Amino acid sequence: MTGVAELERRVEAGEDGLGDILEVSMGPHHPSTHGVFRMDVRLEGEKVVRLKPVFGYLHRNHEKIAEHGAYLAAIPYTDRLDYLNSMTNNWGYVLAVEKLAGIPVPERAEYIRVIVAELSRFQNHAGLVGFLLQDMGASGTPLMYAFREREKILDLFESLSGARMMCNYMRFGGLRVDCTPAWLEEVRQLVSGLPKFVDEFEALLRGNEILMARTQGVGVLPRELAINAGVTGPMLRASGVNYDIRKVDHYGVYDRFDFRVPLGDHGDVYDRYMMRILEMRESLKILQQAVRDIPGGPIIDPKTRLRGLRPKAGEAYGRIEAPKGELGFFLISDGSTIPCRYRVRPPSMINLTILEDMCLGHNIADVVVILGSVDIVLGEVDR
Amino acid sequence: MTALPTAEDLKAQIEAGVPGAQVTVIPNASPSAQHSLLLDHEHAPAVALFLRDHPDLRLDLCTLVTGVDWLDTETTEKIKVKKVVPGPVGAGIEQEVEETRKTKIPGYLEAVYHLFSMEKKHDPPAMPVVLRLRTANRIDQTHVPSLTPVWRSCEFQEREAFDLYGIVFDGHPDLRRILMWDGFEDYPMRKDYVPPADDSLASLPFASLQRASTKEAR
Repeated sequence: MTGVAELERRVEAGEDGLGDILEVSMGPHHPSTHGVFRMDVRLEGEKVVRLKPVFGYLHRNHEKIAEHGAYLAAIPYTDRLDYLNSMTNNWGYVLAVEKLAGIPVPERAEYIRVIVAELSRFQNHAGLVGFLLQDMGASGTPLMYAFREREKILDLFESLSGARMMCNYMRFGGLRVDCTPAWLEEVRQLVSGLPKFVDEFEALLRGNEILMARTQGVGVLPRELAINAGVTGPMLRASGVNYDIRKVDHYGVYDRFDFRVPLGDHGDVYDRYMMRILEMRESLKILQQAVRDIPGGPIIDPKTRLRGLRPKAGEAYGRIEAPKGELGFFLISDGSTIPCRYRVRPPSMINLTILEDMCLGHNIADVVVILGSVDIVLGEVDR
Repeated sequence: MTALPTAEDLKAQIEAGVPGAQVTVIPNASPSAQHSLLLDHEHAPAVALFLRDHPDLRLDLCTLVTGVDWLDTETTEKIKVKKVVPGPVGAGIEQEVEETRKTKIPGYLEAVYHLFSMEKKHDPPAMPVVLRLRTANRIDQTHVPSLTPVWRSCEFQEREAFDLYGIVFDGHPDLRRILMWDGFEDYPMRKDYVPPADDSLASLPFASLQRASTKEAR
């Protein structure tokens, strides 16, 4: 790597005779960037010597808009952050408001939240693995397998909330609508069939030589750097750090379920790919228990004020383990019905901090794979 | 697992560990009870290092960095003062008079940092350690020290606070705009921000491109 650093210094100094340095702007319109995202890459031959992520193309100042409306008005807007996982986005926000205003949540609502969040995590991971393999040239098949199962989960979301992706389902202190026994039965049936899908999905390419050659030892993220850079979610655990907010914070009713936190050893792209597969299996375990144990009762206290919510002046930070990492919301109330400060902690954006460190010294083709393994959604990065 | 010390205990630990550091506890009246610590600029990086490397705290995850804009506020209070008023025969009489006094509190920008420990995993319910840095005013003295050298996770988020609030982080390795485009001049997240009129965007290069392509299509 010292050679790269030396070269970098010479480029910065504007030295002549560096004819092999090529500057490439990857994106914003590039199929591998999963949206409008750009990387300013400097190449020596095919080797990356510098990489700067550039984003903001989808910026609409989400936070400012939320600071102009009531607390309730921001919920449908959080759907648009990570638009693949509107359920977990809702949960992160309502959790922060519940902390700010001290609103209790009935048990049944907590269980349904766990069910929809784990379904959401499952389809996110399945989709990510599909896209990652697609980026590597496994054209079509894995992605279509993933989307086949994702459809079934979106159908369940649709029959529960009325929308497939923009669910707008959670409320402070509970949920918008209750689920029916028939819906729970559908979840139970779907979940009983999903382990077979995961087996099939894993067997498809796990031992494939090309996959291993393209991913093992590529984009290694060392443990210490991952911690210091605030990387969270499956990426962090692929580097061997045991930190899952479901286990650490015990938010919701996660302390009642028996599940394990998969950990990686090498922190390379292969580990991050395997981490998603293993987490899908753990999500299924949680789902089986949640569907079995769900109690009856109300889903929201009818006395909870939704429209005119006026939390006492103060502030709160609430966070959950979203499929992409730690999703947090920081709210400051000045005692009025409108939040004084509303801030999202976007996991995808913070996980991009170390993109350059992971790509340096690798081929340009590996950048595509490394970015694919980070799992970004530009709706959340740009806000 | 151990419990996280309270804000007052943390203040005492910091003041013992970092000589000269001035820490103020800012209470939080909401049910979340997440109190915060206001740091002075000079010792902030040292305090951050202390919190990160202290064997019992190990606050190695700086999860959230953000700016907050506090506008100038004016408080009016009525006070009673003794005043000498001219009496009927020329001599002054001391009398109690009610006066309104206006106090103007200048606004400031604030950088807020939320810390957790990945190594220690303090007892749930998880409480963040909240650090705050304040600028002297909102106009020309908007500098605070950067904590990116301590936690790399601040890199993009401090850039964002610079971009949207105009807080200048001294010591940041790469302080550029991140979400808005280069050349944009205002700070959109400030409370008194007025968005430009729609036609003012017409001078941007992409606007002219857009119109050229529509003409071609015709």
